[in-house]
Amino acid sequence: MDRMPAWADAVLVPLISIILAAFLSALVILAIGENPIEAFKLMVEGALMKSSGWGYTLYYATNFMFTGLAVAVAFHARMFNIGGEGQAMIGGLGVALVCLYIPFPHWALALIAATLGAAVFGAAWAYIPAILQAKRGSHIVITTIMFNFIAAAVLNYVLVNMLRPKGAMEPATAGFPEATHLPTFFDMFGSPENPLFRSAPANVTFFIAVAACIAVWVLIWRTRLGYEIRAFGHSETAAKYAGISPTRIIVITMLISGGLAGLMALNTTMGEAERLVLNAPEGAGFIGIAVALMGRSHPFGVFLAALLFGFLYQGGAELAFWANIPRELVTVIQALVILFTGALDNMVRMPLERLFLALRKDS
Amino acid sequence: MDLDTIIQVLDSTIRLSTPLLLACLAGLFSERAGIFDIGLEGKMLMSAFFSAAVAFTTGSVWLGLLAGVAASLVMSAIHGLASITFRGNQLISGVALNFLASGMTVLIAQDWFSQGGRTPSLIGAGRFSEITLPLAETFRPIPVFGPIYADLISGHSILVYVAFACVPLTWWVLFRTRFGLRLRAVGEAPEAVDTAGISVTGLRFAAVMICGVLCGIAGAYLATGLQAGFVREMTAGRGYIALAALIFAKWRPWYAMGACLLFGFLQAIALRYQNIDLGAFTVPVQFMDALPYILTVVILAGFVGKAIPPRAGGEPYVKER
Repeated sequence: MDRMPAWADAVLVPLISIILAAFLSALVILAIGENPIEAFKLMVEGALMKSSGWGYTLYYATNFMFTGLAVAVAFHARMFNIGGEGQAMIGGLGVALVCLYIPFPHWALALIAATLGAAVFGAAWAYIPAILQAKRGSHIVITTIMFNFIAAAVLNYVLVNMLRPKGAMEPATAGFPEATHLPTFFDMFGSPENPLFRSAPANVTFFIAVAACIAVWVLIWRTRLGYEIRAFGHSETAAKYAGISPTRIIVITMLISGGLAGLMALNTTMGEAERLVLNAPEGAGFIGIAVALMGRSHPFGVFLAALLFGFLYQGGAELAFWANIPRELVTVIQALVILFTGALDNMVRMPLERLFLALRKDS
Repeated sequence: MDLDTIIQVLDSTIRLSTPLLLACLAGLFSERAGIFDIGLEGKMLMSAFFSAAVAFTTGSVWLGLLAGVAASLVMSAIHGLASITFRGNQLISGVALNFLASGMTVLIAQDWFSQGGRTPSLIGAGRFSEITLPLAETFRPIPVFGPIYADLISGHSILVYVAFACVPLTWWVLFRTRFGLRLRAVGEAPEAVDTAGISVTGLRFAAVMICGVLCGIAGAYLATGLQAGFVREMTAGRGYIALAALIFAKWRPWYAMGACLLFGFLQAIALRYQNIDLGAFTVPVQFMDALPYILTVVILAGFVGKAIPPRAGGEPYVKER
């Protein structure tokens, strides 16, 4: 028998965890001598009360949806893919190669090709840790951490020695051709009279991210493969007994996860920078962990959590601009969210379970 | 390459290995007791900030060291609470602590010193000074041995000697004391330890706290020995390299020293020479940066000897009823 009703598990536990994290964040703001309520107002003002704020919020949210889904898919197979950062970096390389070396007549074709490039490169980077886990039992968490660092070195080498235009100092590729420019929200929804989303980086990739959320939902809950992934995640021995090959599930899950993380590069590299720079993911790969934990590894939860983190990111930038609060506040909030929704989950869950059991006995 | 250059490179190898070695031994205690710790980085960073901040404000590096160790212990306590008391996921807890350190240090540094997330530079008694070993100058004229003794072995801060002394100490504690036997047992078969009537929780907390102390010393060395003050993200992935060294050493103290010296040597080479020209081809600096991680993956894959972690590592212990 379940100890708790399903709604309490899905909504109440994360909600309490987030309230705890928010409360501690407010204490941190108080401790550095600022007013948490004023700070929150500034964040809402900057992130949600104007269309360009939304443009940034949705831009960040797009990144976090991809990386959050990447972590979530792996979680379903009870694997912890901490390598989203590296997979996104290498995904960016895929995007850059496609955009720089193939002449495209239209952005839509470029987007399709770049999507493939990003996903294939990201998946390839996840393949080695996956096969090592499946065949040699090397712990996937450690190998993916190592692969983050290796990815940074590889990218650094490729940018400095191969893709950097002659005479340029900065380790970055040349700008992508005009034809690969993705329509931004301003191009799509704004007009000179009504400048919606002006100068904000949100672009058409957002819709790909939403589509990815739906696709992952279908994959996990409506396909045979998704069923096998979940079965493997619940019990490896049971899955084996049912004829599911662990090697196959580990590798396929990690390929999907790495591909999703790689797709993030569409947004940052093709949508925003329009060239490949060092450290393009800017930590979004790690934020995916917080997003997946908060969203309970459910695509809809990931969607909501990504929006929340997009808001925090844009709000945090506003705080750094208008108040004397460094952007690192967002990092602290992110840490608290991971701590409470991930590691200290039982701290919230155990008392709640006891409460529900007591209520059930009474009735 | 003459002797002077070799000694200079080896000298910086020792300096750069020290924080790795302390963090690696820290991880060794924790993981041998069955608690995975990818939060070594965060503990070091937290300690680096608080040691530099307190050393600057009080002017005493020893108080700084104490503050650093205390800060690292607080982080350890959170990790213990999450992974032992509440049986949470140890890896996720470690990730959270790394982010907590990376955000909090800059936030507090900005609030206290308003220098863009740094502490002011430490001078005089705010830093660990270099110790000249006895007879260093007397031995200097002796060829080969003289310079090695005077420049390589002598002339480091006290924490360097502490770090290297910790290697035999760790070996002795783990393999020659009752506490060490129990600590290793709790990482392999906690149910056996529990049956023998010894507290699994207590032992694991002890291990996590030792890990905190060692990480604290490592962080304090970074900010007050190796460099003069705290700058944001100053640990620069050293916690992960230490983790790599730990796996490379297959969770054994003497091998840990070897691995840390090797990785420190790679860092020293990468610092001194950008690209290494071997005549036929050039070794790019990025390859040197990535080498510790590549070596660790190779070891993990079991192509060169197999790295098998403690059996109960990462598993919260649930008492049977």
